[in-house]
Amino acid sequence: MSNRFYENPVIKWIEYRLPIFHFIDESVGSGYPTPKNLNYWWNFGSLAGIVLVIMIASGIVLAMNYTPHVDYAFESVERIMRDVNYGWLIRYIHMNGGSMFFIVIYIHIFRGLYYGSFKEPRELLWILGVLILLTMMATAFMGYVLPWGQQSFWAATVITNLFSAIPVIGEAIVTWLWGGFTVGNPTLNRFFAFHYLLPFVLIGLVFVHLWALHVHKSNNPVGIDIKGPQDTIPFHPYYTMKDLFGLGVFMVFFMFFVFFAPNIFGEPDNYIKANPLVTPAHIVPEWYFLPSYAILRAVPEIGFISAKLGGVIAMFGSTLILMLLPWLDRSPVRSARFRPIYKQFFWVFVVDCIILGWVGANTPDAVFHGVPFLWIGRVATVYYFAHFLVLIPLINILEKPKPLPDSISASVTEDGGATEAAE
Amino acid sequence: MTDTVDTDDKTRRDFLLLSTMAVGAVGSGLAAWPFIDVMNPAADTLALSTTEVDLAPIEEGMSITVVWRGKPVFIRHRTTAEIKEAGAVPLDDLIDPEADKGRAQKPQWLIIVGICTHLGCIPLGQKSNDPKGEFGGWFCPCHGSHYDTSGRIRKGPAPKNLVVPAYQYLTDTTIRIG
Repeated sequence: MSNRFYENPVIKWIEYRLPIFHFIDESVGSGYPTPKNLNYWWNFGSLAGIVLVIMIASGIVLAMNYTPHVDYAFESVERIMRDVNYGWLIRYIHMNGGSMFFIVIYIHIFRGLYYGSFKEPRELLWILGVLILLTMMATAFMGYVLPWGQQSFWAATVITNLFSAIPVIGEAIVTWLWGGFTVGNPTLNRFFAFHYLLPFVLIGLVFVHLWALHVHKSNNPVGIDIKGPQDTIPFHPYYTMKDLFGLGVFMVFFMFFVFFAPNIFGEPDNYIKANPLVTPAHIVPEWYFLPSYAILRAVPEIGFISAKLGGVIAMFGSTLILMLLPWLDRSPVRSARFRPIYKQFFWVFVVDCIILGWVGANTPDAVFHGVPFLWIGRVATVYYFAHFLVLIPLINILEKPKPLPDSISASVTEDGGATEAAE
Repeated sequence: MTDTVDTDDKTRRDFLLLSTMAVGAVGSGLAAWPFIDVMNPAADTLALSTTEVDLAPIEEGMSITVVWRGKPVFIRHRTTAEIKEAGAVPLDDLIDPEADKGRAQKPQWLIIVGICTHLGCIPLGQKSNDPKGEFGGWFCPCHGSHYDTSGRIRKGPAPKNLVVPAYQYLTDTTIRIG
């Protein structure tokens, strides 16, 4: 920010007592140096932040019209859709916003995997990101239960029952989660309370995530450290503008679903009121949980570990294993641009995750050209874990990385940044 | 001051510090318990925990579903053939070995909680036109578990037999579940 801004007497008065303008400027303003070579994959962090704000804003308005009671929840959502002014719009924004949030976050995570953003010194930044993902998953799951449709009820039943797989205390934990002997009114009430609380926990986690980010600054497409001012440009106006442009494109995508295909991510069954005595023929989770669901169902009984417990361990393990990644991948080179073997296996991993999602959308006894989905799921699950535990450590040994550029600036300017350095 | 006094002082302070921390930890634990237990079933939820059922109108071969603690309970008036079939299975063939005798106080009345022990779906098989699975009992459509005429798991991902709730005969044809 310009010095003239700080000469304004009101600003001066405030700044002397609470240096908030400096803080903002150094966080997301002209006082925050950013690598000059960030590409569009770096838009997704700020996009995720904006989606969180959209979700909280639409969610608070919905909460004003929603009744968390088994006898009224379904009807109150229908009232939002039919009678409340713009209720349909705000609910569709919130509903599809959940899917958008996961699209953005998944791209953000894969960006980090490709460019090695999880590596030293950004391990904690990465772990905080995994915690954000887990909190998002819990929030999304509980939000899905609130409309109290058939899928809501049975998703709640199936997911809470996962905890009964825990030996000895499992059943007691499930009763404790429900506040009763089945998913019922106490369950709906507490899920609503948590669904309202967790987004604010997310804000706290995002704040710490950004704090850690600002210590060593953003990683970048070549994955080498900032060596001096010639490698950076100020966040404002350069990246504020780029982020805004990306936001515009993203909003076109988002609003397409809100206005033209608002129910495409949902299950029609969820417009049938919850019935504890009738299970729908086909229970599927939301698309963003399909890979996890496939892993859950893929595990057979192994020794003394039942299929149920094994599946639960594998499912939670598939997300938690990300936390170990900074120590599994010891290659000193961050960006896949300079890692010819890792780059190929990165894309195989992406395809594996998509296959898991596809398996999760099908019933386990279904068959694809003679191959049971159960077995496709098993192979894809084994590959998923092998990617982290076998392939990545192996690639570290076998791969000979390409030579790295001298500096960020050298990688993006014709004369290797000599002109700028001389200035 | 001598070294001895110093050490004495230190141990006394260590003791005070440790005991304060111990009392604090126990106190925090006790204070946390109400916040954990508040999420367990409330008194009114527990009060609804028994259900009485008159079995007289259920004919042989018929099944009814009653609600107990919000859960469906399957009551099947089993035919002689079904009882025979359930009793004839060798225990070694079972995933969760349990004799049929131990699962029904009176063999013609099978009373079980109608919740799949896999992930809590309601198995099909109560209505005459429902699929009953490969063993003539119940079939869970969610992940494909098959139960036999004693409600025992025979095939599929469920680890346990359908649960037999606690119940007692009040008269020859009335039971109280719970």
